[in-house]
Amino acid sequence: MQDMVEASSASPDIIPDISPGLIGNLPEIYRRLSRPALHEALRKMQLVRRFEENAEQAYMRGLIHGTMHLSIGQEASAIGVCVALTDRDYITSTHRGHGHCIGKGAEIGRMFAEFFGRETGYCRGRGGSMHIADPSKGNLGANGIVGGGIPIAVGAALSAKRLGTGAVSLSFFGDGASNEGAFHEALNMASIWKLPVIFICENNQYGMSTSTERSMAVKNVADRAASYGMPGVIVDGNRFAEVAAASFDAVERARRGDGPTLIECKTYRIRGHSRSDRNRYRTKEEIESWQERDPIKLFQTELRNYGLIEDSEIASIQTSVEEEIKAGLQFASDSPLPSTMDVTRDVYTSV
Amino acid sequence: MTFIPASEKILDIGNPDRELSYSQAIQEAMALAMEADPRVILMGEDIGTYGGAFQVTGDLIHRFGEDRVMDTPISELGGAGVAVGAALTGLRPIFEFQFSDFATLAMEQIVNQAAKLRYMLGGAVSVPLVMRFPAGSGTGAAAQHSQSLEAWLAHVPGLKVVQPATPYDAKGLLLAAIADPDPVMIFEHKLLYKMKGAVPEGHYTVPLDKAEIRRAGRDLTIVATSIMVHRALDAAAALAEEGIEAEVIDLRSLRPIDTATIVQSVKRTHRLLCVYEGVKTLGIGAEVSAAIAESEAFDFLDAPIARLGGAEAPLPYNPELEKASVPQVPDIIVSALALAQGRL
Repeated sequence: MQDMVEASSASPDIIPDISPGLIGNLPEIYRRLSRPALHEALRKMQLVRRFEENAEQAYMRGLIHGTMHLSIGQEASAIGVCVALTDRDYITSTHRGHGHCIGKGAEIGRMFAEFFGRETGYCRGRGGSMHIADPSKGNLGANGIVGGGIPIAVGAALSAKRLGTGAVSLSFFGDGASNEGAFHEALNMASIWKLPVIFICENNQYGMSTSTERSMAVKNVADRAASYGMPGVIVDGNRFAEVAAASFDAVERARRGDGPTLIECKTYRIRGHSRSDRNRYRTKEEIESWQERDPIKLFQTELRNYGLIEDSEIASIQTSVEEEIKAGLQFASDSPLPSTMDVTRDVYTSV
Repeated sequence: MTFIPASEKILDIGNPDRELSYSQAIQEAMALAMEADPRVILMGEDIGTYGGAFQVTGDLIHRFGEDRVMDTPISELGGAGVAVGAALTGLRPIFEFQFSDFATLAMEQIVNQAAKLRYMLGGAVSVPLVMRFPAGSGTGAAAQHSQSLEAWLAHVPGLKVVQPATPYDAKGLLLAAIADPDPVMIFEHKLLYKMKGAVPEGHYTVPLDKAEIRRAGRDLTIVATSIMVHRALDAAAALAEEGIEAEVIDLRSLRPIDTATIVQSVKRTHRLLCVYEGVKTLGIGAEVSAAIAESEAFDFLDAPIARLGGAEAPLPYNPELEKASVPQVPDIIVSALALAQGRL
């Protein structure tokens, strides 16, 4: 990790129960987060994975129409970032945003219900996979337009600053979005106005089929931060601890009034871009090499090695995830469909 | 509906106590809203110390400070997006485009985000955003600074689109827009900024969905927008000397469109002429014509519907070419005469 802001000192009472021989090597984030919080993070990463695998299956079985963009392989960046936020903080998300929504507290049942086009879905069946939002938890929405959410997050940060709420705003986007004008305009404004906003680039190496090597003249998206006078931090996006540590630092910096940070999480999307992807632009070997660095396995192994989780606890997390998925799917399929009479409802707040 | 006697001039509408220019009326509306509600902020290019390209924000920065009268970088897309995000999260931004043409740079945020967020998210949010667009030709600024793109935005469900033609409406529509929970696009005509008219002091609103009959008449209905309302009124005065009484309707709102007022008028006059500055084809006149063709007023028509709109060309620089590109008073008189005398 580069350019880490100073580490805050851990308070002794939250130092987790770990093997004495390992304590010297324990990453700072594992001292900052309590053992239950780390377990919850692992649970959420598994929940994202299983949610998407089940959504994919439902799609194959014809229960879901349209398209969807799976973030399998990117769970550490979604959950590692959101762990640094509170419900009053804002996020904007992307077309590949299921992990961000779950990280920000979305209910699995209402997410499945949205995929199933039901009235109980987060968007009452009007948005689908690409538009899940939950303003009550600060989730201003996934977005179907690449880069569309970035200036919106800056606007939310402007509100937070002007209204003095103490909230920060955070925008997820991909490497592809960093080639959109909206990215550059938004980062510039965030910086000149010193707004409490964090830019999270999940660099999964490809904008659809076009690699970053073919679409950017600089090596890293984080290099672009220099143009806007803000720190650009690169982390291993498949390692929860690195992502979370950088996110906490950036959130603290924003809350202090010191302005925005750009964090680039180097990661990889294991599945294709969307349902239409035939994977012609990358090799099987490349995909397999990233699969070996599965973020969930890495996190689980690390927790186990540091003595922060028992195998029995991993098993019970898996059980609880499966139960939540099953209940969510049941809720969705039991939910009512929207009435076609309501097709123009909610176009306006009032007419 | 208020009927304005034919003898009255447009400038006499409203409280006769005080006159302001159209741009002063807009500035007063913004100042009133900002005094009443700390959530109201202004954003735009050079709206602070410079006072705005057309001096509409003027000295507001001295009254409200740079935190509430925010100069943005030259970033229409990003700036519009920031305004959308701010509107989603508790502020009431008024975003000024330097020229309406620059909306083309911000279409993504206007059309994909501001207009759709509420619907896409199942009604979970509102976007109380006002955007102001100095529009129209007549300033010699040529093709990229003279367009009338209001019909583009009026085509998008989720937006409200209005075009004030008078200082009174400029203030009242803006105050209504600021109070409205949804995104409202206001197209102001640059040639109207200096026009003076009666503007009451204090807070009042003009509905965002109602056309206004500016002159009553029995022989034909002229539906006009923005500066064309004034040209239509001038034409109507000339037509009256020929014994033809034109009813002039200021459409005022493009989305939603006040079909009822137009239908009732055409049922009385049996003839319809639409006059607008935007390019004629697929413009607002097409929608007004279709609204009549689809309504019970169709059976009352004694002549084909006529449209006068902008030329099928970019706006040219040369002043004579520029004038020839948009309807002028003589054009309206000629079309109205042909329509009223059964020559169409």
